[in-house]
Formats: sequence, C-alpha cells, structure tokens
Amino acid sequence: MGIQELTYLLQGLLWTLLLTVIGFVGGILFGMVVALLRVSPSPWLRIPMICWIGVFQGTPLLMQLFVAYFGLPLLGFNLPAWAAVSIALTAHASAFLGEIWRGAIQAVPGGQTEAANALGLPGWSRMVDVVMPQAFKLSLPATVGFLVQLLKGTSLAAIVGFIELTRAGTIVSNQIYKPLLVFGVVGALYCVMCWPLSLWGRRLEQRLAVGAAR
Amino acid sequence: MTLDFSVVADAWKSLLFGTLGTLFLAFSGMAIAMVVGVLGVVVLRMQMRIPSLLVTLFVEIVRNTPFLVQIFFLFFALPLAGVRLNPTVTAILALGLNGGAYAIEIIRGGVESIPKGQTEAGLALGLHKHEVFRLIVLVPALRAIFPSLASQFILLTLTTAICTSISAYELTSVGQRIEAETFRSFEVYFTLTTIYLVISLVTMWLLAALGRWAFSYPQR
Repeated sequence: MGIQELTYLLQGLLWTLLLTVIGFVGGILFGMVVALLRVSPSPWLRIPMICWIGVFQGTPLLMQLFVAYFGLPLLGFNLPAWAAVSIALTAHASAFLGEIWRGAIQAVPGGQTEAANALGLPGWSRMVDVVMPQAFKLSLPATVGFLVQLLKGTSLAAIVGFIELTRAGTIVSNQIYKPLLVFGVVGALYCVMCWPLSLWGRRLEQRLAVGAAR
Repeated sequence: MTLDFSVVADAWKSLLFGTLGTLFLAFSGMAIAMVVGVLGVVVLRMQMRIPSLLVTLFVEIVRNTPFLVQIFFLFFALPLAGVRLNPTVTAILALGLNGGAYAIEIIRGGVESIPKGQTEAGLALGLHKHEVFRLIVLVPALRAIFPSLASQFILLTLTTAICTSISAYELTSVGQRIEAETFRSFEVYFTLTTIYLVISLVTMWLLAALGRWAFSYPQR
C-alpha cells in the first residue's frame, strides 16, 4: 500500500469524521427536543416521542439509511448521498440521545423539582437551571458511549455507496488485492478515533460511580 | 411517483425465509457470543497476565471498530488461513465474536456485582458450597445481567442486517435481491424496516416475559 492509497483512505476518514459531527450535532439539537417532549406531562407530546424512539431503536441503522436514501427523493427532495445519509444519522442520533437524556432527566431526584417549585422558579427555569445541569452530568458517560456507536455507524454509509473510510477501504482493497492489510489499517484508524472516546466515557462513568457512592 | 407494494407482497415467501434466516443468524450468533463471553470471563478471572491482556485487547478492538470492517476482515482472513466457509457461516462467526466481546463485559460486570460478603454470609448460614454458588452467586448474577444480555441480543439481531455486505442469507440480502429484480427500492426497504421492527418488538416482549418468569424475586 503506497502513499497514494493511504491518502485516499485518509480522505475517506475525513468524510467519516464529518458525517459523525453532522449526525452528532444534529442529534444533540433534535435529541434535546425529543427528550423534553418525552418527559412532558401531555400524552399528545409524549406518545409520538415514544414511537419515534421505539422505531429507531427497533430497526437496523442500515434500514434507516436505505429508507432515507430512497424515500427522501420520493417526497420530492433531490438530495446528494451525503445529505440523505446525514439526515438519517441525525434522526437516528436524535432518538438515541433523546432516550439517554430522558433517563437522565428522570434520574434527577424529584426533591430537586419540588425545591425549585417551593422557591417559586418558573417552569422553564426549573428545567433549564435546576434539572438539566444535573441531568447533563448523569448522561455524559452514555452520551460519549453513543458518540462511539455513531462513529462506527457511519461505516454503514459505505453500503449505500457513499465513500467514507470503510468504502474507501473496499475500493483500495479491490485495487491492490491486499484485503487483510487494507482492512487492518482501516480497523486501526477506527480504533484510533474510537478508543480515546471509549476510555474517556469509562473514566466519566467511574467518576460518576464514586460520586454516587459518597 | 406512485408507490407499488404489490411486487413486495408477491415476494412474501422469500421475505418469510429471509426473516427465518435473520432469526437463525441472530440465535446462532448469540449462542457463540455466550460461549465466547463465558470463556473470556473465565480467562480474565484466572488473572494470568498474557491471556488477560489478549482478552482485553480482543474486547477493545471489537468494541472500537465497526462491525462492517470486522466482517470484511473475517471474510478475507479466513480463506487465507485455509478455512473455506460459506458467507452465512462466516457471518455467524463474525456475529458471535462481535457479540462475545460485549458479552464478556456484561458477564464480568455481573460476576463482580456479587459482593464477597454475600457468599460468606451464605456459608455462615450453613448452606452447602453448591447451594451458595447456585442461589447466591449464579441466580443473582444472571438476574443482574439478564436485561443487558437481552438488549444485546436485540442489538445483535439488528446487526445481522449488515451481513448482507458479504451476501449471507438473511432478510436484507433477500430484500436486495427483490430490489434488483423490481427496482422498487423504497417499497422493499420500507417493508424490511417494518419486519425488523416487528421482530425486535416481539423479541423484546418475549425476553421481558422470560425475565419475569425466570428471574423475578421469590414471592415467599
């Protein structure tokens, strides 16, 4: 494998990172909405979110990519592949992050809300100033864990034909007939990106466990 | 553009067999994963330096690379190692190794969740060594890890879709064949998505029932 092939792989890696960032940022924005609606007292807001989360957690990411890739054009959106993939990843991330944050919001002790109530804080301030900062801390390990999941998930864009790291690996491997070397390098590149995140997530989790034991 | 689901409906037989293929992949993958998981934890608990390191390395590599890369690697590595398997068997192996790495983590957590004082208390109460293991270590540990193993199984079932990339026999590859014959991409994938959703909802429900039946706390 020469310098040319390696550059090609690194180009793919850039796309992998870009897809991850788009999916994660979009997922954070929409996931926040999903989480807040999911804990709303009104069933009209809550139940659609339960379904949204259930559908994305109960179907393979690959199918979600396919449905977005072939379904969006039917709705009249003529999007390039990367946009369709980004939309699917964002929706996927919004459901998973929404569910993670739902759990975190509900894990904040009820006394906190009651105390905020007793202090006469308005509804939004109760959520934004009292519950959410605590929920954020609780949800951080799982959120980082999902980021790793999402980064690995972008590899599925390869199956719909988008050239990111894995697809670049397939192409290079077909050119130089050294699949083990190429996929070894590709795997190592994923490891380099994911492993520090995984370690960080585990450290956060341990720190949280120490705090909870106190 | 109009939707035409009739071509998908016509292929209901292939879809049914594809669904069975998916379930077969998931079950056999999970069976291998459990074996890998238990063996891995046994090795870790022997506390020997090199074997433990190898198990940890295996877990970290599997957890930090995409399944798609793993299955490609295995698909090309096995023939070079002189092992010729058909794609479906390769897929089961890949699923088993992938699930196994996660199972090691889950089972290890379960075993570690039983405090030593609990076994000592059991012995002090005059229970036999085997009774202590069965009632105080095994059942509570299983109770603790069952929900995680159950969601891992669902995850593994959804992961089987990726096995289409080496054209193993399962629902997605069957769907792709129908797509290639009919050009009804959206209809095919929408139907597949629905089938996967039904599979995971039913599995979730069955596993929850199994968990209640096998691991609920004794009422008396």
